[in-house]
Parts: sequence; structure tokens; C-alpha cells
Amino acid sequence: MLLEFPWLSLVIWLPILGGIAVIASGERDVELTKRIALWVAGLTFAVSLPLWLGFDASTAEMQFVERSSWIPALGIEYHLGIDGISMPLILLTTFITIFVIIAGWDVIRYRPSHYMAAFLIMEGIMVGVFSALDAILFYFFWEAMLIPMFIIIGVWGGANRVYATIKFFLYTFFGSVFMLVALIYLYFQTGSFDILGFHAAQLGMTAQILIFIAFLLAFAVKVPMFPVHTWLPDAHVEAPTGGSVILAAIMLKIGGYGFLRFSLPITPDASAELDWLIIAMSLIAVIYIGLVALVQQDMKKLIAYSSIAHMGFVTLGFFIVFSIFQRSETAGAVMGIEGGMVQMISHGFISGALFLCVGVLYDRMHTREISAYGGVINSMPWFGAFMVFFGMANAGLPGTSGFVGEFMVILASFRADFWFAFLAATTLVLAAAFTLWLVKRVVFGEVKNEEVGQLKDLNRREALNLGVLAAATLAIGIWPKPLVDVMEPTIENLVQQIQVSKLPEPATAALPPVAGLQP
Amino acid sequence: METVYLIIVLAPLLGAIIAGFFGGKIGRVGAHRATIAGVGLSTLLSLWVVARFIWFDEPTFNGAVYTWMVADGIRFEIGFLVDRLTALMMAVVTFVSLMVHVYTIGYMADDDHNWPKTSLAGTNSYQRFFSYISLFTFSMLMLVMANNFMQLFFGWEAVGLVSYLLIGFWTVRESAIFANLKAFLVNRVGDFGFILGIAAVGMYFNSMDYAEVFAQAPQFADTQVEVFGGVSLMTLICILLFIGAMGKSAQVPLHVWLPDSMEGPTPISALIHAATMVTAGVFMVARMSPLFELSTTALSFVLVIGALTAFFMGLIGLIQNDIKRVVAYSTLSQLGYMIAALGASAYAAGIFHLMTHAFFKALLFLAAGSVIIAMHHDQDIRNMGGLRRWMPITWITALIGSLALIAFPGFSGFFSKDAIIEAVGHSHIAGAGLASLLLTLGAFVTALYSFRMYFLVFHGKPRMDEHTRSHLHETPWVVTVPLIGLAIPSVLIGWYAVEPLLVQGWLGEAIYVKPEHDTLHHLAEHWHGQREFIRHGMQAAPFWLAMAGVVLAAYIWWFLHQRDPEIDLSLQRRGGWLTRLLENKYGFDDFNQRVFAEGGRRFGRFLWTRSDQRFIDGAIVNGSARAVGWLAGRARNLQSGMLYHYAFAMIVGLVVLLTLFVTF
Repeated sequence: MLLEFPWLSLVIWLPILGGIAVIASGERDVELTKRIALWVAGLTFAVSLPLWLGFDASTAEMQFVERSSWIPALGIEYHLGIDGISMPLILLTTFITIFVIIAGWDVIRYRPSHYMAAFLIMEGIMVGVFSALDAILFYFFWEAMLIPMFIIIGVWGGANRVYATIKFFLYTFFGSVFMLVALIYLYFQTGSFDILGFHAAQLGMTAQILIFIAFLLAFAVKVPMFPVHTWLPDAHVEAPTGGSVILAAIMLKIGGYGFLRFSLPITPDASAELDWLIIAMSLIAVIYIGLVALVQQDMKKLIAYSSIAHMGFVTLGFFIVFSIFQRSETAGAVMGIEGGMVQMISHGFISGALFLCVGVLYDRMHTREISAYGGVINSMPWFGAFMVFFGMANAGLPGTSGFVGEFMVILASFRADFWFAFLAATTLVLAAAFTLWLVKRVVFGEVKNEEVGQLKDLNRREALNLGVLAAATLAIGIWPKPLVDVMEPTIENLVQQIQVSKLPEPATAALPPVAGLQP
Repeated sequence: METVYLIIVLAPLLGAIIAGFFGGKIGRVGAHRATIAGVGLSTLLSLWVVARFIWFDEPTFNGAVYTWMVADGIRFEIGFLVDRLTALMMAVVTFVSLMVHVYTIGYMADDDHNWPKTSLAGTNSYQRFFSYISLFTFSMLMLVMANNFMQLFFGWEAVGLVSYLLIGFWTVRESAIFANLKAFLVNRVGDFGFILGIAAVGMYFNSMDYAEVFAQAPQFADTQVEVFGGVSLMTLICILLFIGAMGKSAQVPLHVWLPDSMEGPTPISALIHAATMVTAGVFMVARMSPLFELSTTALSFVLVIGALTAFFMGLIGLIQNDIKRVVAYSTLSQLGYMIAALGASAYAAGIFHLMTHAFFKALLFLAAGSVIIAMHHDQDIRNMGGLRRWMPITWITALIGSLALIAFPGFSGFFSKDAIIEAVGHSHIAGAGLASLLLTLGAFVTALYSFRMYFLVFHGKPRMDEHTRSHLHETPWVVTVPLIGLAIPSVLIGWYAVEPLLVQGWLGEAIYVKPEHDTLHHLAEHWHGQREFIRHGMQAAPFWLAMAGVVLAAYIWWFLHQRDPEIDLSLQRRGGWLTRLLENKYGFDDFNQRVFAEGGRRFGRFLWTRSDQRFIDGAIVNGSARAVGWLAGRARNLQSGMLYHYAFAMIVGLVVLLTLFVTF
């Protein structure tokens, strides 16, 4: 019964329709409007819980599948379903959105109904991206996502928001156009837009490489990976707090999700061929971006760069798999991908919380310049405690979720190559350096100026937000087993899938024979 | 027993949570009662566990508490391994922690003075301090009781976190928040090696569990890996793990954070930066003895690093004037002794010195803290003198600590340090000769700086200002009782522990030593009781060197100093380049500051402005935007709106198409 109910559709459309209702309720009774928005977000989270509770963690099959015809002439279907990769990401989405709504409660003065509605609609769309199993449906959600974010930054953003929105829009749009071409090519190859059908398609090397690059352009921009990352710091700086939280906590994950749903299973041979490129880009993200983060003068930019560096771990975890195969091994492959996934979830909590922290300060002082602060702990001790906590989590302290993914990826990349692990592990020093130096300059020290001395500590709403996120960060750090268990069968299946060459010629020597898997 | 172990670990955590989150409600007394109750319970149970190991032959416990994660076929568990080594560490950690808890009641009593009047950061600072030291006790217990590498790393980083919080406890002091950031980052450099070592273990052993890894280790004794042009796997793993120990146990060149860590309140200098946390590296290497024994190269590395630290850090102690810094450099030097013992495969001696040092060094720090309280937080030994008249308990206990530190015969430090020097003397691995020389000379240096401080503080003419002198008095009982509590083992523990630990091999299965590396068997073979050991020790060079150090110190800083108070300064001036070298602490700090801190920032700024802003954004992103703009400008000319332009274009197009059709 639990499985037959269209839970996924509900989780997608409830917030979208709810968002429209919020707009409709207008600005007459702002308090009521905000309450409706919070109810919708809470309810959406509630109805997303069955996806987790009813999830069968023993299989890699798609679950909660809904399938009906949409545009029969082109074979486009309304096809939804989730597995161990998408389910945690959907829960992350519905969970984080609640805090975004709460965080905007007092701060947004200009058309709060539209603000809240934009985030609710955004939520539904993002759940759609994670659960779509039809390529066109996926592409529809993927592009639709840009609109609310464009509006959020463009309307409620900072002074330089026009440049940031245009940059954000064009950057991501540029990438996704190539993805559309690839999807259409795959349609002609397989005769349908079924993503799972794409997974089974036999493709020649040239086609795979072209498709891989097309996907890479789309996903690398979203993640974002070096060198197509420069839109993110600008977008973050201009976005309102809620926008930054959604951007960092969820939107970036869609890039990582894309690699797992499209690149790896559809073009395994090209992925194996070009893995060095992704690994190089990931390691550059860890080190180069880590160093760039160190010298930022704007808190949001610093955390934005920190996000890029942490997402480097995600892509690294996904692609070291192929280096491991090249050593005729399979151990570590699952751990690498799982580590990347855990890192995505964890980064959702931590970066979301850090952006909320910056928002707390910004709401009071209206500046994000690090040099404007100093000694915040003297007037805001509770805030200081949270900032130190999330700073430590960002630096990957064991016991927090930030450690789990990094640890897994370092363990896995050691199996691929000592030097991969060596370069990746520099994050222990770099992430600690840029995060704790930020904490030192903002939170600790003597009161920098009179304004800092007058700051009011967290109000109840802010404390609740940060407290719940801290609890989530700790929970995953102390007991990651439930999260990893949910993903394990799906990722094991994925690893088996990508070990099998998809080149049409028989007996390809592209991959070393792996015991038990080669025909 | 599992329940007992769980209580030992969780009681301090519970105390920390109560004092940390409800400190405002339960007040100061409630906070220190809750935490002392927690740590006290742990101490009693730990002593009971040790007693069971001593008298009832308690079997080793190795079991999981819960499964943290299962990924890719590897189980990551949280669990305990309690054997004799662990039990010993548990007792030392909880006992010193308990003493420090009690002492803190006195030391932090008027902590309000350390915070700006208007600051909220100092709210409930007393309760918070208790919460932190209890949290530390929990973390340290997790570290020593771990039965796997992952939990070891958890404890390792958790003690680092608490150390960070406590060094920077006075969050408004610039020097404190500089020191804690530095401590964390330098430790992270060590952890960088450590985590790679753990990853290597994970790759080759497919397990995080100590027992499984140690059982498989001999199979990999001859495995070579193609890193750095080919090294033995065991050498790689051990050196990587040891880099972690170099960070935590402050070995050259990762020692730079420890002297600065003295910015923290004195109780934690005693607990964390002398007795327990900094010895985590020593414990870890001893725990990993089944791995380290398989790589003589790694052992040589350990030995030489330890000996270098022991001698050269002791030298810096000679010119320090801050009472805590003298003790801090002495700690660095003593850690060097322990590490050197490990390098010589005398793990038991290293652990023995860890234990005796925990007592006498915590004692020295707490005595220094007692002096600091009496001196109204003036820490400069040049302003002290003659304190024995006002502070008899502090004086006598500090003397006991100093005698134990310089290995005066009969005191606890004598047994452990003499055993180390002897063991290193019997070692034949590369670097043993140098190490032996440095450690022997170190005995002289130790005695010199220890008694320089002792005479300058407790003897001679009082040099403090009139106001301070009129207020001098012995510190309250909460301070002196822990001093006495630590002085007793500082005298006795060596006498009673030397035979079981070094001769009878009490640590048993916990330590593995290859027969050809065994440097302690000489000691065991020629063992004729403690008296004979003392007599033997009094005929050896280290003893005479130490005595020479004491006599020289007495001559300069007691006898000469009374006539010429400037003697210290004029001696240092005569030292010339040597003094400058020591004052610059061999230039490590400058080098790190310039190359790593400044260099890292400069490089980051270069990447940001040149690569990110100018190249990617400037040339490519905005460049292509400009290019599109330019093209659009050109293209606009095409839509001129003039009919004859369009008509002309159509005709040209038609001609071209027709030509194509005709020719193909």
C-alpha cells in the first residue's frame, strides 16, 4: 500500500502547488502567508518520509515508480522512481527547505509571499530532478530549476545581482544545451527517453566520448568543478541567505547526481578513458580552490570556495573508481562513490549551516567583509559556539558528518594511487586553515568595533535552525551506517554496471577482466 | 566488563554535557561537582581495572560497542581493546585528570578577571572550563581504548579539538587565539600523514581492526610498494603513522605548537600539554609495535627524531624566562626521550617514562600554576625568588618534581629515564650511536634548566614588587592537595613499577618486540633489584652529568646570582650566536611563518587574482561575453532595414545555391 501511493508525485507537486497558493494568498496577511509556507514545507518533508521509511534497502531496483504516458508521439513519459542514490538527496532537499523558509521569516521584507513561494516551487522542481527517470522530464526539471533561482537572486539579491544572475544563468544554460543534444542523440539510439534504457545502450567509443563531454559540460558547471566554477562565488555573494543555502546544500548536488545517473552508467568506457581529466579537475579543486579560499575577504565568498573544494572530493570519489579498475582491483570502488555521496549529504548540512551563520551576521551588520568583524563571541557567545562547531565540521573533524565522506574518499583514493590520496589529504590542512582562520578573525579576539559590541545573540528561530542542523551533522558523524546502508546496494550495482564495457565490438580490451563479471 | 568500560568512557562525557549545556543553571559548584563525580568514577573504575590486571590476571577485552559503518566490505566499528597497556594508560589519564579537576577549582576561581567587563564571552567560563576538561578526558579515553584505527583517529582529532578550545580558552587574547590556530594546523600536518597511514593499512589489510591488522602484518613484512621509487610497505605505513605522532607528541619539526600552547590556562598545560595528550603519539607507536618492529628503517627514523628533540629542545629551555615555557621545553625534551625509547624498541621503557613523566610533569606544571596564582599571574621567573619561605608545600613538591625530572636516583624519573638511556645504548640500528650520545648529554641539560628555574623561583632574594610580596601566601587546599597527590607517585611509582614493567614484561601481549631488536633484555638479565639498579645508575655517566648540571645551576643561579642579579643576562650575552640561535628557537617559527603561512597566502592570492579573476573570469567568461557582444554588433549591421540590402543578399544567395545545384 505504501508503495502504490504516488508519493513522489506528491513530494514534487505539493510544494509547487503550495507555492502557487502562497503567492495567491498575497501580502495582505503576511503572517498567515508565511505560516502557510512553513506548513507546506513541513508537510512536504512529512510526505517525503515514507520514501525513506518504505524504502527497501536490499535492492538496487528503482522504487516508488510512477509511469504514465506524457507525450506519446515522442515516447516521452512521466516516469519517476528513486534508488539509493536519489532517495537521500530528496530527503535532504525537503529537510533543508524548511530551514530556508524559517530563515527568511523576519528578514525578508520585500514581497515575502513571492520569496517563500519561489523556494517551495524550487523544492518541488529539485525533487523532480532527483526522481525523474525520463530524460525529457529530467531536462524539463533541470532547466526549470534555473527560473526560481534566477528570480531569487535577481529580486532579493545584493547590489551586483544583475551581473551575478546573468553569469549564473548563462553559465549553467551553456552547459545544459550540450546535455540536451546528448539526450536527443541517445533517444535516436534507443528509441525512447527512458534513462534506464540509456544505461543499457551499446555505444561506440567516439559517441561515448562526445556524450561524456556533453554531460561533463552540464554537470561540471553545476557542481561546480574547476575551471568552470567562477559563477558560484558571485552567485553566492549576491544571493539572499536562503538562496545561498539552497544553492550550496542542494543545487550543487544535482551536478554530482548527474555524474552518477548519466555519465558513469551511460558512458563507462569514456569515463574510464577520461577519468584522469576529472581526477585532475577534482584535485585542483581541493588544493587550488583551498588556497584561493584562504585569501578571501568576503565571508560568503570564502564559504563558496570552500564548497567548491569540498565538492572536489565528491567528483574525486566518483572517478577514482576507474583508476582502481585499472589496477585490476574492485575493492575501494564502492567506497569511493559512497564517500562522494556521503560528502554530498554532509556538505548539504554543513555548508547550509555556514551560510545561515553568515546570514545571521549579515542581517545584523549588513556586511560580509571579514575585516568588519572580530570578537563577535563577546556579544554573541551562542552564535560563536555554533560557528566553531560548523567550522570544525567543515574542517572534517571526526564525529561530524564532514569527516565521514572525506575519510571514505581518502581511503578509496589510496587504493587508486598513493599520490591521489596524498593530494586529497592536503584538505586536512587547507580546510582547517581557511575555515578556522575565518573563525578566528570573525568570532574570536577583542571586540573590533562598537557595532560588534552591540550585536544581539541568536534569536530562538536562528538557534533552532542551527541547532537542528548541528544535530544532523553530529548524527551522521556518530552513526553513518543507516545512510551508507541505504546506498550500498544501488552503488554496488552501479559499480558492476560500469565495469561492463558498452562498446559494441565483441571482446573489447578496454577494461581488465574482473573476476566473475566478464562473460 | 564491557559495561564497566562503557561507564569509564561515558561518565566524563556525561559530566561534560551537564557542565557545558546546563552550566548556567547548575552554577559553578554544580558544574565542578558533576564533572568531578564523572571523572572520579572513571578514575576509581580504571584503578580497579588495573588492579584486576595486576592481581587477578584479567583477560584482554576486545569487543565492539556498535558498528559505525559497513562500506565496501570493511566494517568500521566503535569498540574497546583493553589490555594491560590500555589499562595503564586509562589509570594515568583518569588519575591526572582527576587531580587537575580538583586543582582547577582553585585555579579558575577568579577567572572573571580574565575577561573584559562588558564581554559575554566569559559567561559561565568556569563551568565551560570544567566541561572542556571532562570532554578531553572522554576523548583521551576513546583514543587509548580504541580497538581500531578509525576510532583511534577519532580520539586523536577529538583531543586536538579540545586542545584547540582550551589553548584559546581566553578567546579575547590575541596571543591565545593565534596559538590555538597554530596548534590545530600543525597537528593537522601530522594528521595528514596519519590518515594516509590509516589509508595504507585499509588498502593492504582490508580492515581497521587492530587485532586483524597485527595478525596479518608479518605476511607483508617484505612487500614493496612503488612510492618514492620503491619502499617497503611497512616502512611507508610506519613513517606515515609516525608523522601523526610527531604532530601530537610535538617532535621536531612539528614541535612548534607546544611552547605556544602555554597560552592556555595552566591546569590544561598540565593535563593536556604535558601528561596525557602529547603522549598520545608515544602510546600510539607502542600500540603499533607489531607494525613498527617490521621496519628497522622506520625505527631508526623514530629514534633519531626522538633524540634530536630530546637534546635540542632541552637547550632552548635554558634561556626561557617564562616559568611555563621552561616546563614546556622540558616537556618537549622528555617526549623526545620517550620517542627515542620507542625507536630503540624499548616500548615498555617508553611507556614507563610516559607514566612517570605524566605524574612529575603534571606536578611541575601545577606547582608552576600555584606559583603563578601567588604571583598574581606574573609568569616571569626573573621577578620571583625566595618563594620557599611563603609557599612550603609548593616548594617541596616542586623540588620533588624537579628531582624526578632530572632522574635523581630513587625518584620515579630515574628508573624510567635510565632504562631508556641504557636501552638506546644497546641498540644497534642506524642512528643509535648519535641518539645515545644526545640522550646522555641531555641529562646534563635537563638538570641545568630544571634547577636554573628551581633556584630562581624558590631560592635567592625575593625580586617581586612590594605589593606582590606582601600578598604572598601558600595557595588553598584545592591547589595543594593535587600537588601532594601527584608528588607521591612522582617519588614512588618508579620503584614499584620498574620491575614488573621492564623486567617481568608485565605489558605482555600488548607489546611485540622482535628478538633481535630487544634492547631491554640486558636490563632484565642483569636485574638484581631496585637497589642494585640505583647503585649501577650512580656509576654511570648520565648520573654524573645530571649532578654536574645541578651543581652548576646552584653555582650560577643561586650563589653567583645573589651577588650579581644580572648574571643571567651577561651569560646570555656571552653566548653570542648560540644565544641568538636558541632565542630564535632554531628559526623554525620564522621559517613556517614566512614559507607556509605567508607563502600560502601569497600563492592563494596569486591564484585568485591572476587565474580566477583575470584569466578565467576576465579573459574567458567575460571575454566571450564581449566577443558575443562584438559579433552581435557586426550582425546588427546585417539587419539594416533597407530593402535593397535584403534584395541584394537574396540574389547573391540564389546565385550561390544555383551554382551548387548545377555543379553537383
